[in-house]
Amino acid sequence: MSAVSIEDAVGQIVLPGDVLVLSTQSRDAPLSLSGPSTSNRPRVVCGPGLMRQEDDLLVNKCGLLRHRDPAIYWVDSQQKRYVPVKGDHVIGIVTTKSGDIFKVDVGGSEQASLSYLAFEGATKKNRPNVKVGDLVYGQFIVANKDMEPEMACIDSSGKANGKGVIGQDGLMLKVSLGLVRKLLIPQNDIVQELMNIFPMEVVIGMNGRIWVKAKTVQQTLIVANLLEACEYLTAEQRKHVFSKFSDNVI
Amino acid sequence: MAAEVGKLSKNLLRMKFMQRTLDAETKKQLEEDEKKIISDEHWYLDLPELKEKESYIIEERSFLPCEDFLYGRMSFKGFNTEVEKLMTQLNSRTKTEEIVEEGTMDVDVSDEEMARRYESLVGTIKKKFTKKRNQKELKEEGEDENCNIRSSKVQKVFLKPQD
Repeated sequence: MSAVSIEDAVGQIVLPGDVLVLSTQSRDAPLSLSGPSTSNRPRVVCGPGLMRQEDDLLVNKCGLLRHRDPAIYWVDSQQKRYVPVKGDHVIGIVTTKSGDIFKVDVGGSEQASLSYLAFEGATKKNRPNVKVGDLVYGQFIVANKDMEPEMACIDSSGKANGKGVIGQDGLMLKVSLGLVRKLLIPQNDIVQELMNIFPMEVVIGMNGRIWVKAKTVQQTLIVANLLEACEYLTAEQRKHVFSKFSDNVI
Repeated sequence: MAAEVGKLSKNLLRMKFMQRTLDAETKKQLEEDEKKIISDEHWYLDLPELKEKESYIIEERSFLPCEDFLYGRMSFKGFNTEVEKLMTQLNSRTKTEEIVEEGTMDVDVSDEEMARRYESLVGTIKKKFTKKRNQKELKEEGEDENCNIRSSKVQKVFLKPQD
């Protein structure tokens, strides 16, 4: 595949191996007396799916190329395999309790470790009440390809801010990572429509796990099925389905 | 052989305890020899000098800086009020402007009133924290302002008793 200018590729499908050439406008900037200064060049951020290859970007995931000002590019791809990334909020399942750390299954290649001190209000004497099988909502503080990922349920100031063990009942389902991202975009249609159905609570993890809880089991199941179906519904179909349920309640 | 009789060998001279006996000339020669050996052993790549390039491409593995994601916990229609509070708090970054407007909308105490109240408050608190002696001074100062007379500020110091 020959090289394509990155401006032309925005919104288009890109494939692994494609080379995207950054605009040369700033490269041919007027010569200054102080020599070729590169400081006036805009900083380009290449997000997931893009790699640096000298002065160009190399695509390593297939999907749609997205762009956001000033110069942020990333590939919006459909995938189900989660790769831990530092700073991501995820839902994990506690699998083992060993000494002072919990092992948490987050759907990645390796289980993440979670210190018992990384909960709000936990001290050496006052251990958090976490059992095997519990769902925890936490954030990655260490995640790289060479090390075991590490999670925490508090932020840097020691506040939980909603992180920690998620309530006992409710239902967890797995969806694709693309759908999760769709749900987390501010002012997205799915959430806007969802909030008009029943009173409920949703926890969305970047690892493709969603936890739902409504007043009754039936309602919980309805919401779970709706969210799963959102993956393959067009906007019109979705509106139709959602309106059916919001009518039911009223 | 005969010439070398009575002369110590080079290796022996190099030893530490023999250093004192070395004369200047041989010392110099030994140093040169050593330098030669070192410079022969050192070799370098005949390459042009590497220039440091400023990288202007930042690789980022996370979606977070790319898209402004919402907070992952949501609650609707008052199912979990705590989470709803958190939601408004944490998702407010994206719509700060609205909140600023709200802040100016309903104000119980106007800024002027607040300032006036604080003005009087500062006076009373100040009085509370000053000692009695200083309070008197404070009062005097106030009077001075009215009468435009400045009292000479004499710092109270212990006087040494004179014999």
